Amino acid sequence: MTEVTAEHYIILATTLFVIGVAGVLIRRNAIVVLMCVELMLNAVNLLMVAFSSHHKDSAGQIFVFFIMVVAAAEVAVGLAILVMVYRNTRSTDVSLLDQLKN
Amino acid sequence: MSPTIFLTLAIIAVVSAMFVVFAKNPVHSVLSLIVTFFSIAGLYLLMNAQFLFVVQIIVYAGAIMVLFLFVLMLLNLSADTEPQKSNRFRVIASASAGLLSLVFSAGMVIDATMGDRNVANIQEIGLVKHLGKVLFTDYLVPFEISSILFLAGMVGAVLLGKRTPKESKS
Repeated sequence: MTEVTAEHYIILATTLFVIGVAGVLIRRNAIVVLMCVELMLNAVNLLMVAFSSHHKDSAGQIFVFFIMVVAAAEVAVGLAILVMVYRNTRSTDVSLLDQLKN
Repeated sequence: MSPTIFLTLAIIAVVSAMFVVFAKNPVHSVLSLIVTFFSIAGLYLLMNAQFLFVVQIIVYAGAIMVLFLFVLMLLNLSADTEPQKSNRFRVIASASAGLLSLVFSAGMVIDATMGDRNVANIQEIGLVKHLGKVLFTDYLVPFEISSILFLAGMVGAVLLGKRTPKESKS
């Protein structure tokens, strides 16, 4: 490897994204699930910046900025919901949240 | 020089991301996620995306992860209270993640015929001066709408986090 190309960034971002998906599927703690969603968002951000550098177009980096804005709002609301859930069920286990079934 | 830095940061990012998924204690997950975010910030710097480097450190490693740590400490979660999935479910989940990575790598093999893809690292587009100009001219409306989104998120978080009078009585 003499030079870093977009392929290397694609491989790295794919690996991080798959690890995030695996975390969402394997873990049952809702906070860790939210963290794995953040990991997936970051993998996509990394790929977007790599392609923005490759195409010499700043639109990709602006989009990453907006993704970060949405992620920050999402985490704030998501964690507030989690605190609410913990107050009612005394647990952050996602598999307890099946009350809508009844 | 730059391939070495890339490889180091990539290995740190992947290993700490694995640790996020497999750590038993949620606090360890949060700390290793911070390491992942810092190494991704380093990769942004490698691509000369200086603005996103700073935003990544301030917003992700600073604000979002502190929020996660606060909630973890508020709820007092540790390895003992950690819910575990059954082994059968873990195998199925890992198999689906493996299938997803297979799909992605198939896409990469098909895509590999496209020409050269150098990521130029000496360029101006990632600098604050340039991005600020683009953000406040071409993307002004989305920028203002995102501020409304932030306001809505803030109000929503406060409303959700507040105890209602009825709840505190019972």
